[in-house]
Amino acid sequence: MFRTPQRVVTGGLALLFLFPLVWASLASVSPQAGTAQIDGWGFGNYQTLANYQAGIGQYLLNSTLVSLMTVLFTLTVSLLGGYAFAMFRFPGRDALFLVTLAILMVPYATLLIPLYVLLTELGMQNSLVGLALVLTMFQLPFATFMMRISFEAVPKELPESALVDGCGSFRALLHILVPAVRPGLITVGLFAFLAAWNDFITPLVLISDAEKAPLPLAVANMRQQVMGIVDFGATEAGVVVLAFPCILLFLVLQRHYVRGFMSGALKG
Amino acid sequence: MKFKGWAYAAPTALFVLIFFVVPIAIVARMSVSDWRLLTGNRGFNAPENYQDVLDDRLFWPAVWFTLKYTVVTTVILLGLALILALIVQESSRWTGFLRTSFLVPSALGLASASLLFYALYSPQSTPLEFLGIDSFLGTPNAALWSTVVLIVWRFAGFYMLLLLVGLQAIPGDVYEAARLDGANRFQTFRFVTLPLLKSSLAMCAILCVTGSMLAFDQFYILTKGGPDNSTITVVQLIYNMAFYGQNNLGRAAALSILVLAALLIVNVLQFRGLRDKEG
Repeated sequence: MFRTPQRVVTGGLALLFLFPLVWASLASVSPQAGTAQIDGWGFGNYQTLANYQAGIGQYLLNSTLVSLMTVLFTLTVSLLGGYAFAMFRFPGRDALFLVTLAILMVPYATLLIPLYVLLTELGMQNSLVGLALVLTMFQLPFATFMMRISFEAVPKELPESALVDGCGSFRALLHILVPAVRPGLITVGLFAFLAAWNDFITPLVLISDAEKAPLPLAVANMRQQVMGIVDFGATEAGVVVLAFPCILLFLVLQRHYVRGFMSGALKG
Repeated sequence: MKFKGWAYAAPTALFVLIFFVVPIAIVARMSVSDWRLLTGNRGFNAPENYQDVLDDRLFWPAVWFTLKYTVVTTVILLGLALILALIVQESSRWTGFLRTSFLVPSALGLASASLLFYALYSPQSTPLEFLGIDSFLGTPNAALWSTVVLIVWRFAGFYMLLLLVGLQAIPGDVYEAARLDGANRFQTFRFVTLPLLKSSLAMCAILCVTGSMLAFDQFYILTKGGPDNSTITVVQLIYNMAFYGQNNLGRAAALSILVLAALLIVNVLQFRGLRDKEG
């Protein structure tokens, strides 16, 4: 199918896409004037990053906590919700499902301004838990949709036989259905993690305390330090630290990532 | 049965109510109130906020720039995504490598990608001097195109994947029939592939238009709206009105209601256009 000239052209295109990532990784450890790494190759820029204000450890911890909470909340809510929408009939079911999907239609910015006020009222403004709750809400349309179709794909006999055997609906869910919908859960969890890890505008609006900033916000803020002189070496190092877990997860779970988009595509 | 259904749906309902329905009600009320960041609600003042938004000196330039950016991004992104999807259509080890390469950027966050390109474009650190471009972000046009390159890099693989799903849904015997009728490759693409891919393309267009109309991260990080406020998008204007300078939540709420309305209209029009073509 592919002859040599085609391979050269398509391979060149692939390199074009890989180039910025490779460059950032190399630039972050290569010598460069105006950074912490002036002579020879080394990890001076990562040192700068590690010592920036509260220290990169703090920001990594913030990001990790927010991402894990978001994944946990999203999985719990969408597992139960998907089960309800797929297996039960109850008044208001279709309306609730539609309103959940409608979250997709509303711009982040439109919701963030009232959420800023609402979370302040609830005493959760400037808190990582509040941030995770809001990020969970943004994930719900995709997660609920995905879990609903996952449950609908399970053969009906499976939960029915469990109920006949005297399992309550909750035990049927836990022991029989959760294993059956595991691929859906992995996709939902992966997407929730990537979205929470990478989100920028939500913490920008909701988190005012520099100590509580997640990593993307901290790296973006770092550029404005030291009398307007930007330390590009530290920025490059920050990008590498931000991108590394995402690319790793992507490569390991690529099949699920692709599957997630494909089932999302069914909506259209 | 009814009770159980509601019990399982209750967490979803609570989330949607507290973090979606209530905020929508608040933003609607804010948009008709004198509501500052520091003083809170000081009462009804409609239609002052809407009037102020329309009179804001950056409003029309921001609308115009956002539209221009949306059109440019959508056309380039979908064109390239279609080419990439056609390249990696067959599966083999080589196309597997190509697919992964095109897709890797979409694992990055938009903010991370913007920071990466910020370093890539800055004179102090750029490895791109050999291109002979004086400044990547210094003039309004350069800033627009540099941002488009970033967005195309970040999203081309994502849209390629969506189009690939559409391509693979086309049955093989349609191509076989075209071949028997003596169609050449271009004719097959023009009269077989493209029409059958229309609904996938339309869905990509809806996603891309919506995403571009709400652009924020890339401009906030890469250009800060500059040079000379030439790359301020509508969402950036909302952010600035609420939290930067003006600190006027009411005005920002009014603008976000306008954006929401515009988005709904555009989406309805796109869906309707899609349905008419199919019907």
